[in-house]
Amino acid sequence: MVGASAAAALAAAPNGARADVNPAGTDRPVMAKVSLTVNGQRRDLDLDTRTSLLDAAREHLHLTGSKKGCDHGQCGACTMIVDGRRINSCLTLAVMHQGSEITTIEGLGQPENLHPMQAAFIKHDGYQCGYCTPGQICSGVAVLAEIKAGIPSHVTADLDGPMEATPSEIRERMSGNICRCGAYSNIVEAMTEVAGKQA
Amino acid sequence: MKFDTPAGRNPIDQLKVVGKPTDRIDGKYKTTGTAPYAYERHDVVANQAYGYVLGAGIAKGRVRRMDTAAARQAPGVLAIVTTLETPRMERGMMNAAYLFGGDEIQHYHQAIAVVVAETFEQARAAAFLVTVDYAPAAGKFDLAAEAKGAKPVPGDSGEGSGGNGEERVGDFEGAFAQAPLTFDETYTTADESHAMMEPHATIAAWDGDKVTLWTSNQMIAWGHGSLAKILGIPKENVRLDSPYVGGGFGGKLFVRADAVLAALAAKAAGRPVKVALTRPLIMNNTTHRPATIQRVRIGATKDGTITAIAHESTSGNLPDGDPETAVNQTKLLYAGANRLTAMKLAHLDLPEGNAMRAPGEAPGLMVLEVAMDEMAEKLGLDPVAFRIRNDTQVDPQAPERPFSHRDLVGCLTLGAERFGWAKRNAKPGRVRDGQWLVGMGMAAAFRNNMVLKSGARVRLDGTGTVTVETDMTDIGTGSYTIIAQTAAEMMGVPLDKVVVRLGDSAFPVSSGSGGQFGANSSTAGVYAACVKLREAVAQRLGINSADAEFADGQVRAGNRAVPLGEAAAGGALTAEDSIEFGDLSKKQQQSTFGAHFVEVGVDADTAEIRVRRMLAVCAAGRILNPKSARSQVIGGMTMGTGAALMEELAVDTRRGFFANHDLAGYEVPVHADIPHQEVIFLDEVDPMSSPMKAKGVGELGICGVGAAVANAVYNATGIRVRNYPITLDKLLDDLPDAA
Repeated sequence: MVGASAAAALAAAPNGARADVNPAGTDRPVMAKVSLTVNGQRRDLDLDTRTSLLDAAREHLHLTGSKKGCDHGQCGACTMIVDGRRINSCLTLAVMHQGSEITTIEGLGQPENLHPMQAAFIKHDGYQCGYCTPGQICSGVAVLAEIKAGIPSHVTADLDGPMEATPSEIRERMSGNICRCGAYSNIVEAMTEVAGKQA
Repeated sequence: MKFDTPAGRNPIDQLKVVGKPTDRIDGKYKTTGTAPYAYERHDVVANQAYGYVLGAGIAKGRVRRMDTAAARQAPGVLAIVTTLETPRMERGMMNAAYLFGGDEIQHYHQAIAVVVAETFEQARAAAFLVTVDYAPAAGKFDLAAEAKGAKPVPGDSGEGSGGNGEERVGDFEGAFAQAPLTFDETYTTADESHAMMEPHATIAAWDGDKVTLWTSNQMIAWGHGSLAKILGIPKENVRLDSPYVGGGFGGKLFVRADAVLAALAAKAAGRPVKVALTRPLIMNNTTHRPATIQRVRIGATKDGTITAIAHESTSGNLPDGDPETAVNQTKLLYAGANRLTAMKLAHLDLPEGNAMRAPGEAPGLMVLEVAMDEMAEKLGLDPVAFRIRNDTQVDPQAPERPFSHRDLVGCLTLGAERFGWAKRNAKPGRVRDGQWLVGMGMAAAFRNNMVLKSGARVRLDGTGTVTVETDMTDIGTGSYTIIAQTAAEMMGVPLDKVVVRLGDSAFPVSSGSGGQFGANSSTAGVYAACVKLREAVAQRLGINSADAEFADGQVRAGNRAVPLGEAAAGGALTAEDSIEFGDLSKKQQQSTFGAHFVEVGVDADTAEIRVRRMLAVCAAGRILNPKSARSQVIGGMTMGTGAALMEELAVDTRRGFFANHDLAGYEVPVHADIPHQEVIFLDEVDPMSSPMKAKGVGELGICGVGAAVANAVYNATGIRVRNYPITLDKLLDDLPDAA
């Protein structure tokens, strides 16, 4: 990015005030219709095309369970399960998901009807402040499915052998979900219990 | 209720509910995404607009001019508030830097504008159209360079550690000169960021001259007063609400720019506005744990008795900021007749340094406990034995003051036994496990126990449900649950008959969450209110309150047993009280203790460090809920591991900012970095602390653990790194030959 001065160039990070003007920014927003299936329900939205899938859920559908920790794909708090795969919903635009099947934390279970992973997180205290928790749980559910499907990870020693939800597989695959409260040890226990029950 | 004599037997001692490893009562909300955090309160007020904050692109100087014309024309824009149009606003409690207003820039990414639009995307796009003309000024950004001119200053972390610029006992220099064995080394710790997962966020809505802020704040009463002061309006016109806080670690103790700008933006836009600091803004806009340069000198006899100990620390901060109180624990942790502690402060123009989890002790013990390891080796003593030899049961600076309860030795011996410390090879670099060089390290943990006045209101209704209201916050600490356990124990009801409402400034003022004072203080406040409620119930039922027993949802006296709810049949009964602490904490030193044991593997070729095992043994009074308390401790162990191995805000010493200001550049521990962690709590009570007989445990876990990791790395490799974090580049050149 080219700035008008050294100071302006320094400020080229998204939050720094830039000295150069982007005339395109004054354009009317481009709107687009998109239909998503969210937690089993069809949702039709008319969105500014710049809207991330995360903001579509949080700000337009008022499904605020998916969290915005960084908006940069660095923390995993926004993890959703989209067409069977977990993704960082802050790194994808809602309009790229026409027709997608999306599961958010709200779709996994509700306070009086918990998903086994949610119940295991409570039992093992796999959280503290709770802000990364929906992302951890969505990731956790998807990770066990990945292992079941035989998708290898960096720590998988035998690509052809049977794959198991070992602590090292869980830790490796969950490392895109940061928990600053430091509940990792408990999260691994919660996931191990659920994996054992599934097996 | 005044607490000025040691607690005797009271209903908490029944331990029917308190002391049990109960699942969190807020767990079902947090795990289903239904716990509402600040930015998510769609339900509280209609018509919310979006504010996007701009940060300054220079570290020091002035804003000469801001051109907002294009931004104001941009689609959806409702209002823009700039720092040039706003007179410099008052600072809130403990703010060193100004949050907004005026043309002076004190640090990089200081807020200079908020752009309000109908949507987040529009606000963000318009913010990029604001052009700023700066007059930069030269600043001081390099702690190592400024340390020479640093002056001794008193300081207080505001969280239980602090002191004078220099404190002395006996004749340190003389004793050190005469000591048969001496040790003298200098260490550095890095600037660190709280990096809590929930960004600072606020929704503000005005109703006439009254404003409500749904925000994310650890200390509601402080924030309440601060916002009134900053906005220049009476306190009764401000309301704060923070029922859920997505982590704070000290970063949300004080009011930050999100709250101030949301209030200003909402006023300017004439409608509610929500503002979250974007992740890349947080690390320079808000506060951080300041880097330190620390020197430790220890003199001892040949048998390992410390005769002289000195700990000096230099840190930097903005002109109105405090020093990092890194020497505090050294006044209390070990015996020694001749002592010196000193804090120096250099002026830096980096973002504001302020409290982060265990301010003072976290970086202080990182250094002191490595120095103790080094000294033990010099003495030819086992590090556990060296610490035990220098235990003290009194405040070494004031020997007439005993510790209220101190079992550091118990932590050390039990930890050594459980961890298999006897198997450690004291000679470093000798243990191999395949590609791994394996080492064990240990350190003592120490953190003072603060007690703060704390209030609560309890209400009993006709169904026998007890509702607790207090402005206490739950920042992940488990406050909801331990408060419910306290009320259930006191009123003799099951946990599901207790409702806990937190974080609203309309509720009685509590201790808030910080400095590991929250759990003990706030539950003691609930205890006090419940004592009053029990009296009201007894009176309503015509029972002598001294004879009344509250159990199983009933009130019993003699052979009479009445359902508790009956006392409220004619209308709810409400009681409110605070716990106020007398001078017990002055007469006796209240502290918490622990011992950390860590095993690491260091790759013999690449120097990659993997933590393999961790154990903490803690002595912290009564543990109110062993499940959530354990989580607090392992969380501290995790953050401390980060400090030892990876966490470092990289200072651009030319431009004066933290360059790695997001969660990819600023590395924190992830799942793969942390092994299974074990925690053991010693079974103890401390009647000097409160009627709960509990002490803080939320910060004990981070205290010393980094040193245990560093000592394990030394034991594995024989390489002593004194500049933290220990990244592999600091090991590579000196690794033992991979045979």
